[in-house]
Amino acid sequence: MSDIPPVVEFTGVHKTFGAYRAVVDINFQVQKGEFFSILGPSGCGKTTTLRLLAGFEEPDDNGGTVRIAGEVVNKKRPYERNLAMVFQNYALFPHLSVERNIAFGLEMRKVPSAEIPPRVKKAMEMVRLDPGQFARRMPAQLSGGQRQRVALARALVLEPTILLLDEPLGAIDLKLRKEMQLELKQLNKQLGTTFVYVTHDQEEALTMSDRIAVMDNARVAQLGTPAEIYECPRTRFVAKFIGESNFFEGVAQSQGPDGWRVDGSGGRFEVPAHPSITQGSKVAIAVRPEWLDVAPPDAVPPGENAIRGTVTDVIYLGETLHVLVAVADGEGERRVTVAVRNEGQLSRPIRWSKGDAAVVCWKPADCQVLEDA
Amino acid sequence: MHSLKLPRWLVAFVALVYAFLHIPLLVLVVFSFNASKYGVEWTGFTTHWYARLWERQDIIDGLKASVVVGVSSTLISTLLGTLMALAIARHEFRGRRLMEAFLYIPIVTPEIVVGISLLILFVLLNFPLGLVSIVIAHVAFNISFVVVVVLARLQGMDRNLEEAAMILGADEFTTFRRITVPLLWPGILSGAMLAFTMSFDDYVITSFVTGTGSSTLPIVVYTMVRKNIEPSINAISTIILIITTILIFAADRLGRDKPLVHSAD
Repeated sequence: MSDIPPVVEFTGVHKTFGAYRAVVDINFQVQKGEFFSILGPSGCGKTTTLRLLAGFEEPDDNGGTVRIAGEVVNKKRPYERNLAMVFQNYALFPHLSVERNIAFGLEMRKVPSAEIPPRVKKAMEMVRLDPGQFARRMPAQLSGGQRQRVALARALVLEPTILLLDEPLGAIDLKLRKEMQLELKQLNKQLGTTFVYVTHDQEEALTMSDRIAVMDNARVAQLGTPAEIYECPRTRFVAKFIGESNFFEGVAQSQGPDGWRVDGSGGRFEVPAHPSITQGSKVAIAVRPEWLDVAPPDAVPPGENAIRGTVTDVIYLGETLHVLVAVADGEGERRVTVAVRNEGQLSRPIRWSKGDAAVVCWKPADCQVLEDA
Repeated sequence: MHSLKLPRWLVAFVALVYAFLHIPLLVLVVFSFNASKYGVEWTGFTTHWYARLWERQDIIDGLKASVVVGVSSTLISTLLGTLMALAIARHEFRGRRLMEAFLYIPIVTPEIVVGISLLILFVLLNFPLGLVSIVIAHVAFNISFVVVVVLARLQGMDRNLEEAAMILGADEFTTFRRITVPLLWPGILSGAMLAFTMSFDDYVITSFVTGTGSSTLPIVVYTMVRKNIEPSINAISTIILIITTILIFAADRLGRDKPLVHSAD
């Protein structure tokens, strides 16, 4: 790290509305040019976080600091922050034509009027909207995808150092959304603009982001690269919200050379060493479906954890197959999902069918010990 | 665009409603050109009643008073009403709900009660009756109408638009001027037109708070009807009708967006 301050920095930020705590102790830094996503379910505080950055909300008194390029901006109005933003519902001015919508920010920032038309044109071309065809149209005459592009052009025309995006792809159809995801990612790299992107769509966040802040219940639950978030989820919430997970619980019995032996309700298993585990403590682990395998009860690979169960279903998903296995869980049962690569069901069908006795197995290292056991 | 064929009975019904609404106006216009002095039968075409208007100083004075009262009470009540609607829609404060509820009281109170109470108030305050007292009375009953109309428009407006303007660099005042007002404009305009119409039409309340030498047109007309009715009333009404129609079309053309480059081409 050099001496350049982070483009965005939240330090211990709190925001309450009346008795409602919208965000609690938010800390993160965003570096220049980064594609930074804030991911979480609705009501988790992600939009409030973005609004604090935009200046639509102020942190509580003594509620931490928001910095932009090293400068504290807690009390600064939105128009003093030199940001650009794309809103969820686009927020195009309905009484202004496309070109006047895009020119609005330039006019407000006192750009010489001779420079405005060429910059508007360039911005429209950047988002692949034909200026000749669309410049004079009113927002009401555009499709959802076209509005989206105008909203983006209106923000990009300012050549901002930071672009805020509040679920901008939420309202358009799947195919166009995939296309826009790639385009946004490309713009981020090509322009060197820092993107702060709010979304509830985990797949979208994983696809586009350099780093993700996963929010849950007004707090940042985990901060990291997509691989860190997916492969090392720290809490049950993160493991469940991003991708699919199987959970196994038990009590730590004894420590071996490579980790702990755990007594679970469905059987014994081993987990790698982790600072949160002590003798007799409760242990919970998350195992991704693709880290698991199913094997006949008499053919467990040596050194792997194995839990007995019965196959309840095989689901065909194309690229993969999900084998669902019911395993004992104390008095009851629980279902474990195992992802198996599809090697061609017509030529080499898998051997499992409903009712087969099987074990789910995994290498002790292929699991994530959760901090909230 | 898809054309949906209307059922014939619906077309007939709509035609009937329009006839019901507009035939009386048509009769008024036709009879303003009627030569007969006493009214109900057609005796020939004349523009005499229009020429006669220039001789009727009372009608001219009444029209002047009505325009002065109408314009000033509309301007004042539109300004105050719009600000009040903004306060109610945009800010949480104690008594906001109560304030909203009280808006409807002037609308539902019988005019005669409003007239009497205003008269008592003016007398108690020793306020001279005249054009000023009429304007105050009209502002008092117009504000509610303006607030209700503007409020409806405000509540349908997306708050994100103002936030978008602010993040693009517009301060509060510029946002208000460039975004809020233009978007509210249709509401403000219809509030103002409603206010002007209410003011221009009002007889009951005005009759209580008017003083000597400050009769508005409705008062003049009513006095004439009691003494000697003559078709110049039809003539003045026709003129008012035409002006109003022009105003409505003009209002409709306002507020359209201009292209970005207009000086160059």
